[in-house]
Amino acid sequence: MADALATITRRTGLGIITIRADLSRAGDALAEAAGLAIPDRTGIVTDGSRALGWMSPDELLLILPGAELPEAIEGLGQVLTGEPGLVVDVSDARAVFDIVGPHASDVVDKLAPVDAAAMPEGHLRRTRLAQTAAAIWRIEGGFRVIGFRSTADYLGLILANAAIPGSQLAPR
Amino acid sequence: MTHTPPFRLSTGGRLVDRALQLPFRFDGRHLRGLTGDTLASALLANGQMLMGRSFKYHRPRGPIASGAEEPNALLGLGQGGRFEPNQRATTTPLVAGMVTRSQNCWPSLDADIGEVNNLLAPFLPAGFYYKTFIHPRPFWKHLFEPFIRKSAGLGRAPTDPDPDRYEQAYGFADVLVVGGGITGLTAARDAADAGQRVLVLEQSPVWGGRTPTDHDGGQAAIDALLDDLTGRDNVTLRRNCMATGLYDHGYLIARESLADHDPNQGIPRQRLWRIRAGHVIAATGALERPLAFACNDVPGVMLASAVRDFIRDYGVAPGRRILIVTNNDDAYRTALAAQAAGLEVPAVVDARPVAEGALPRAVRAAGITVLTGMGIAKVKGGRHVDTVVLCDQSGEGRALDSIDCDVVAMSGGWSPVVHLYSHCGGKLIWDEDEAMFRPDPDRPPLGPDGQGNVTVAGAANGDLHCAGPLEQFEAPTQPVWVMPARAPYKLRAKMWLDFQNDVKVTDVELAAREGYASVEHTKRYTTLGMATDQGKVSNINGLAILSNALNQPIQATGTTTFRPPYTPLTLATIAAEAKGEAFQPLRKTPIHTWHETHGASFEPVGQWRRPYAYLRGGEDRHAAVAREILAVRKGVGTLDASTLGKILVKGPDAGRLLDMLYTNMMSNLPVGKCRYGLMCNENGFLMDDGVVARLSEDSWLCHTTTGGADRIHGHMEDWLQCEWWDWQVYTANLTEQFAQIAVAGPKARLLLERLGGSIDLSQAGLPFMQWAEGQVAGIPARVFRISFSGELSYEVAVPANRGLELWERLHLAGQDLGITPYGTEAMHVMRAEKGFIMIGDETDGTIIPQDLRLDWAISKKKADYIGKRAQRRLHMTDGNRWKLVGLESLDGQVLPDGAYAVAEGLNANGQRRVQGRVTSSYHSPTLDRPIAMGLVHHGPARMGQVLDFPMPSGATMRARIVDPVFYDKEGSRLNG
Amino acid sequence: MLILTCPCCGIAAEETELQPGGEAHLMRVGPQGTDDEFEAYLFARKNPKGVHFERWRHAYGCGKWFLAARCTATLQVFGTYEAQTKHPPARIVEAIQKTYPEWQPDWTTAP
Repeated sequence: MADALATITRRTGLGIITIRADLSRAGDALAEAAGLAIPDRTGIVTDGSRALGWMSPDELLLILPGAELPEAIEGLGQVLTGEPGLVVDVSDARAVFDIVGPHASDVVDKLAPVDAAAMPEGHLRRTRLAQTAAAIWRIEGGFRVIGFRSTADYLGLILANAAIPGSQLAPR
Repeated sequence: MTHTPPFRLSTGGRLVDRALQLPFRFDGRHLRGLTGDTLASALLANGQMLMGRSFKYHRPRGPIASGAEEPNALLGLGQGGRFEPNQRATTTPLVAGMVTRSQNCWPSLDADIGEVNNLLAPFLPAGFYYKTFIHPRPFWKHLFEPFIRKSAGLGRAPTDPDPDRYEQAYGFADVLVVGGGITGLTAARDAADAGQRVLVLEQSPVWGGRTPTDHDGGQAAIDALLDDLTGRDNVTLRRNCMATGLYDHGYLIARESLADHDPNQGIPRQRLWRIRAGHVIAATGALERPLAFACNDVPGVMLASAVRDFIRDYGVAPGRRILIVTNNDDAYRTALAAQAAGLEVPAVVDARPVAEGALPRAVRAAGITVLTGMGIAKVKGGRHVDTVVLCDQSGEGRALDSIDCDVVAMSGGWSPVVHLYSHCGGKLIWDEDEAMFRPDPDRPPLGPDGQGNVTVAGAANGDLHCAGPLEQFEAPTQPVWVMPARAPYKLRAKMWLDFQNDVKVTDVELAAREGYASVEHTKRYTTLGMATDQGKVSNINGLAILSNALNQPIQATGTTTFRPPYTPLTLATIAAEAKGEAFQPLRKTPIHTWHETHGASFEPVGQWRRPYAYLRGGEDRHAAVAREILAVRKGVGTLDASTLGKILVKGPDAGRLLDMLYTNMMSNLPVGKCRYGLMCNENGFLMDDGVVARLSEDSWLCHTTTGGADRIHGHMEDWLQCEWWDWQVYTANLTEQFAQIAVAGPKARLLLERLGGSIDLSQAGLPFMQWAEGQVAGIPARVFRISFSGELSYEVAVPANRGLELWERLHLAGQDLGITPYGTEAMHVMRAEKGFIMIGDETDGTIIPQDLRLDWAISKKKADYIGKRAQRRLHMTDGNRWKLVGLESLDGQVLPDGAYAVAEGLNANGQRRVQGRVTSSYHSPTLDRPIAMGLVHHGPARMGQVLDFPMPSGATMRARIVDPVFYDKEGSRLNG
Repeated sequence: MLILTCPCCGIAAEETELQPGGEAHLMRVGPQGTDDEFEAYLFARKNPKGVHFERWRHAYGCGKWFLAARCTATLQVFGTYEAQTKHPPARIVEAIQKTYPEWQPDWTTAP
């Protein structure tokens, strides 16, 4: 039996923070507190450990090792003192999966109305995977997907189904 | 040892591998075909011309075509859960061990009882059912409809679950070429040369379309194109992929067969492609038309192109003596192919007065008789063609001669396949010279930029001679709609237009006479072009007959609407991964697994699964609910309330926003306190409720109903983004960040205190409708002193990852207190005992808060809130609305939910007037009697009155109007 | 199935990623409105065969509402623009008039 198109792995232990603010005003200070540059529109920047993604014109998503979460919340919160906005921990509200393997883009192509193969590095695409909302970006060897905690079982199942051996999209 | 079936030719068959024989079964018979055969070619090779029965008259039918347009040869394939009805033999690749059977016949294909319908054919014209089965009226429902339904449909639907896997995928292309013939491949090369990202879809397993079959050097030309295209980075060539429909903005649906008839590979059997194309090139070719002559449906009458496909592509002789009848030059190729294969061609009957193109000349040179100006008066033969009676094409069908043959290869000209082009708005024009509808280049389907986004090329565009230098001159086609031209009724009544649905020339003429002037109406009246055929074979001939009958040009008649799919899609492909566990996303709380292992009987609430009740021992749901309620009322229970929406609203203008969203005031809520709030839409109708907690000077946490979280968050964002965009407010939906557990009952405080923590849970430390933050059992928590059960109650919110831990700690610590998990039904009953409303029970989208006597939660001070203006509208304030009351049934029985209370008199429709209805109704275990809430006209002013609720059984239940608060009217239990 | 480009994030999203929101540029009528004004605001909607302005939310994307101008008959999209706009901007009017030269805005104040 051939191998699965990609390995699907649920990632735990990540700290995930939603930041909402007027980025034109608070962006620089937030960047400093996050330790990463503010990404361009629909972009995501990473230093290998943390990643900062552009979610909407007034929303960022910071992903970092869980141990660094409290300090980051504190630091970002301070930036927004006196500045409208919010910083909230959503680590427990999200489910993160990595899709890694030679045909990882096929897995995404089966579930999202997105041209995965053409997706550039550093692009964060918010879309849907089958019937659930998700954000997708490239990581080493594949893609990372972030969705909702309550539908994590569903997300894991449809990703595994899409990756079954022998089902690559290349014409046969 | 090899055995050659009787009709397998000794030479030819470019698509089959003679070295690889495949056994298969047809109606129990063991047969052999070759690798590369279709089911149809394999059956024909075995001399099996009879492949099905027609739908209405059960006439014996063989294949008339060799491709996707085949209307007759529809077979049942496979067994058990893999059984599939109505599979086209002409496009189904033969697979070793295949089990196939004929359909629409009983007891067998050869001796079909239903054939009696054929004898009745003169009495079953178009519209017969409509006219006959209308009176007497009651007969329709009880007699006619069941009978017609039983005899309707071709194959039988499978009954077992489909064991196979199906999937979908999204595709993208700058240029999407549909059709892998010479036109499509050439277009693909040109687009690829221009640097476009090109995707080519071919419906069959082989590239090339008709070119390799019809033209010397055709295969070489196709091979050269394929060589050129293969290996280009910007070109994808996909075979076995049927483009079934084209939709708006370049969205195309295609079905790829991956393991269709060899499903045991473990890979998906079919894949539905959802392709977005910048531009579509439809190179979908053309389909040959039948000719309408008497008995043109006898097995052995086939399209000329199909006859030569079987000979040249599969090395199969459909018969030994093949008569050609045509109105064009192309069909002469069949004469040459048959003769080259060693078959007899007694004559080519050409309806045209002259036939002097290159192909007729070649046929004459080959010694084959060409009879011009002639037609077929009638085909003789029952299960198979025996003899053809010839006549003058311009006459009335007087017999001039007769010729014995076993196959009639007919050609009435070609019709471009314009389906895809037409699916999303492309318009057609009638081409008088070529007698065909072709795409109107000035009215193509439009893309998002308003420019045409579909180009039609080659034969699909009406250019029937599209093989470039491979082509030789062909004389024009001469339209022949009826053969012979002046055929009398008796002959016309045997000329089939739609073979699948048994529609004949006289049926269409009858429809026209009866006033069906619109082609769409005629289609429905006669069933012309319905079912899987969708007019591929029948359309143009039918339109021409209708136009003649209406005495109008064909352009004026127009075509019926071309609708997707071009060929049928299986439901399994449409559903794809959305079945079983993945049917829809089920939302699970952090405590879900505990519920599963503790007897929870779940109920869906939106996409959530919530425990309805936890069944113990042999308990039923009803008993479990009663036990849970009593446990809460007497001791302590826990409810998983994690599904409640939790939306953070923060910013300098957050209070202002909430004052607009809620009917009551939220901006003046002190930090640390909670307030119950109602949310209405602009219609004034109640849409959600919940407790709002003020977290800090500039932030509020809004609880919503379970089903309302996403909707209410969206509602907030809508008003913020689109109406009050200058307000400084940010929202975040934190529903899933927290697990929330309601700990309710007189022993709730005792239990929580046992867990230890930093929060003072005493009445003084945390009074009703306040919240506190700290830790409970070492877990960071917010504790809300709120109650939906009427008992002393705390809702404890902790990070979702620690929800299960808290739940288990509670149950460990509360064992001696009789701690009981309770589900949504216990929650519902307890809130009803307290007279609390439930969104979705007491509300249905037409209820204002005032109806529910919630005026206390509507601010009088606020100048505005969403819904305020609407609640002042006449019908909201005229005093005639139904209002919330309690209902107490007189006979001790539980009123049915939704039952209506009747009033005197009848309404304008002659129905009893109504004056109220039941909105919630339960047996109260606490009170050990039924309780109900309802909305009643002038209800609150009518306490003590008795209402009648007629039951479907004819009996009437009676109930007294009472106060809706049934339990603990003083509310003292809240304080424990 | 439509494709609309969200002006907030620039993504060309397909219809399944979007949530429709009905007619654009409605002016809210609050408690001061007369019955007639309120009825018009709440219930009267344009339903043209032709140029139409609509609200859409990029629901499976950035979550922002935006407005789209399109032809309901041909599904031509003249452009999308931010929801925080009282009237369609000049570039949208220009795009519409390029296809339908006779089309005229039905609002009077400047965008």
